[in-house]
Amino acid sequence: MSEVQDTTAATSLFDQLGGAAAVDAAVDIFYRKVLSDYRINRFFDHSDMEAQAAKQKAFLTMAFGGPNNYTGKDMRTTHAKFVKMGLNASHFDIVMEHLTATLAELSVPPALIAQVAAIAESTRTDILGK
Amino acid sequence: MSKLTLNGATFTSQPNETVLDTLLRENIQIPNGCRQGICQSCLMRSVDVPPPVSAQVGLNQTQQKQNYFHACVCYPEQDMMLALLESEQTIFITARVIQKQLLTVDIVRVVVECDTELTFFAGQFVNLLRDDGLTRSYSIANRPQADNRLEFHIRRLPNGQFSNWVHDELVVGSTLTLSEPKGSCHYLSGSEAQPLLLIGTGSGLAPLCGIISDALEQSHSGDIHLFHGSSHHKGLYLVDEMRELATKHTNFYYTPCLSGDNVIADTVQGRAHDVALSTIENLKGWRVYLCGHPDMVNHSKRLAYLKGASIKDIYADAFHVISPDTK
Ligand SMILES: Cc1cc2nc3c(=O)[nH]c(=O)nc-3n(C[C@H](O)[C@H](O)[C@H](O)COP(=O)(O)OP(=O)(O)OC[C@H]3O[C@@H](n4cnc5c(N)ncnc54)[C@H](O)[C@@H]3O)c2cc1C
Repeated sequence: MSEVQDTTAATSLFDQLGGAAAVDAAVDIFYRKVLSDYRINRFFDHSDMEAQAAKQKAFLTMAFGGPNNYTGKDMRTTHAKFVKMGLNASHFDIVMEHLTATLAELSVPPALIAQVAAIAESTRTDILGK
Repeated sequence: MSKLTLNGATFTSQPNETVLDTLLRENIQIPNGCRQGICQSCLMRSVDVPPPVSAQVGLNQTQQKQNYFHACVCYPEQDMMLALLESEQTIFITARVIQKQLLTVDIVRVVVECDTELTFFAGQFVNLLRDDGLTRSYSIANRPQADNRLEFHIRRLPNGQFSNWVHDELVVGSTLTLSEPKGSCHYLSGSEAQPLLLIGTGSGLAPLCGIISDALEQSHSGDIHLFHGSSHHKGLYLVDEMRELATKHTNFYYTPCLSGDNVIADTVQGRAHDVALSTIENLKGWRVYLCGHPDMVNHSKRLAYLKGASIKDIYADAFHVISPDTK
């Protein structure tokens, strides 16, 4: 374990995860999970699938520590309508579950999953408009 | 509220206004058609910042990279510097009607001959313009051949301005103005073995006809499944032609579907997309074409994806009609 960390210490999280190709693989699995989950898929009912997938990709790229231009303010404004529809912490938890399950399916080591989860978690207050 | 700059003038967008709304409110003449981000009549370019991704859906990669976007569905997220397309970039074609024939009580086949050479992919659409500028999108139902002909299947909508004009006033010999062919819902050569699923409702059969004949012409070897739906048996058309095609090509399967209560021999009862998606277990590796009613298209897109088709393999033309409140 320590050996792995030593050799990869200089590499960014994004590269360790496999970069853009890894994001694409993850988006596909993650978005299917989210869309087929009856507890949250009503938040995805009305907008276009391509646009949604593009947003998932931007989100995962950020959570993977990759290049992004996400700001907390954008997160707040784009999610405000969902908060009005009842989006709350339990929904956020479900999305987090799908995210970690996706990474586990892709055989990402637990230590890296924890790092991704921590970045995603940091958007909680903005997404929920708290 | 964002600031939009066009040709040196600056306009402020109101909350919940699209770029098109703002410019029209300021009396800037911008060509427009479907107002749903499909027909590309109001296409423009952001000179400085990337436009919102949702305003670029349906454009090809080059257009996306060059920051082109649909003004009618662009809710600006920041200040933008805009450029309109040069008029020479907008190509118009003149065509003459050479055939008009009723396919069902409310769908007419119109064949036109263009006065210039035309390159297109079967399944693309063009915008048709009436003399007074009224513009609507119609899918091309034939595949490209040397004759510069285009075939359309146009359904009469109750009180629809353009479709009633086509049905009642357009005659053989009339001239029409067309945009260049647009859209990415077409056959792709290069993956001849990929199974294809095509679902169409009403005149949504038009682009699918073109795609199917193109695929068969290019010796597509994968299975091709067509499901055509209507509420009433009188709404199904080209039934004999499709059955004949299915006899001729062992990899082509045709299922006419009726969503109404009437049961007719050799048709399946149910909505076309329900029938299709319950017949086919897994769509992993398939290419899917969805044309016709917007609700059918959107619903099926999601189901096809959840059944394993990847987003890049799902092609759709939702026949959006302009909703009354955008007129
Ligand atoms: C990419 C694409 C491809 C298409 N391909 C085809 C095709 O191949 N074949 C085809 O038939 N169609 C196709 N369509 C649809 C087509 O573009 C037109 O939308 C359709 O023909 C209706 O146009 P219209 O002018 O006749 O009706 P419109 O005048 O636009 O009216 C549409 C409907 O709204 C109702 N309406 C309008 N105004 C009001 C009002 N103020 N109050 C209440 N109701 C109102 C009308 O009664 C009518 O039913 C396509 C659309 C797209 C976007």
